[in-house]
Amino acid sequence: MSQEIDPAYPTFVGYIDRTRDYYRAHGYERPYRYAFHSEVPFAPLGKPLAQCRLGLVTTAMPFDPGSGDTPRPKRVYAAPVDPLPARLYTDDLSWDREATHMDDRESFLPIRRLQEWRTAGRFGDLSPRFYGLPTEYAQRHTRETDAPALLRCCREDGVDVALLVPI
Amino acid sequence: MGLTARHLEANGIPTVVVGSARDVIEHCGVPRFLFTDFPLGNSCGRPYDAAMQHAIVGQALDLLEHATMPRTTVQSPAVWGEDHGWRSRFLAVTEENRETLRRVGEARRRQRAEDKAANRIR
Repeated sequence: MSQEIDPAYPTFVGYIDRTRDYYRAHGYERPYRYAFHSEVPFAPLGKPLAQCRLGLVTTAMPFDPGSGDTPRPKRVYAAPVDPLPARLYTDDLSWDREATHMDDRESFLPIRRLQEWRTAGRFGDLSPRFYGLPTEYAQRHTRETDAPALLRCCREDGVDVALLVPI
Repeated sequence: MGLTARHLEANGIPTVVVGSARDVIEHCGVPRFLFTDFPLGNSCGRPYDAAMQHAIVGQALDLLEHATMPRTTVQSPAVWGEDHGWRSRFLAVTEENRETLRRVGEARRRQRAEDKAANRIR
């Protein structure tokens, strides 16, 4: 049966509360401490968007081409946008398995949709590679290893601006 | 992903995050955030709905171009559907599943302790 919004509660889901309560029900009393910052960096665009090279970033992982359905070890990678990646590995990520599916790559890695906007001249060009980084429990690993590795990939490809889509 | 957006931004690459876990992303603090109020997974639009996906990507590009300060959140006007039941069902703890969840947790801890004892994990 279809459910409507209940205006007595916030409309959007509070995942921090939801996750904490869910794992507490499993008997895990020490909740995950989500990344929190009071200061946020900001870099204005250095040139018009119509002249920028855009890089697309995902948390989906590639399959290992040598071993069928096995995902590669979790690490930062860069892969061509052409040809379009056929499949990506998302089974270990926290998406809503009851409400939806991940069969349409464009719903989380919108390469074609970006190409449409590129053709319309909305931004300069799409980087020839998209970039992936694993979802890590340890924030320190992301900060000290994965984020710097991803920055290196972006710089190698001359990326000016980035669109990031976490799963 | 929020941490990575921050790292790119701090190193001179402007970023926009498109996501559906609003509290998690805003807690982390990112420069530009397009919030799509969808079940987790398809932040860029319903599967196979190319028109919605095209619109959402366009909104992300608008935000990338026009934001003037950090922590700029824009909520996409895109609507997932009429049925909002997914909001209460995701990771729900109910009277019906409480005992099952407790047992699953116990089994996981027991397995982990055995794996540790056998040096299968650190």
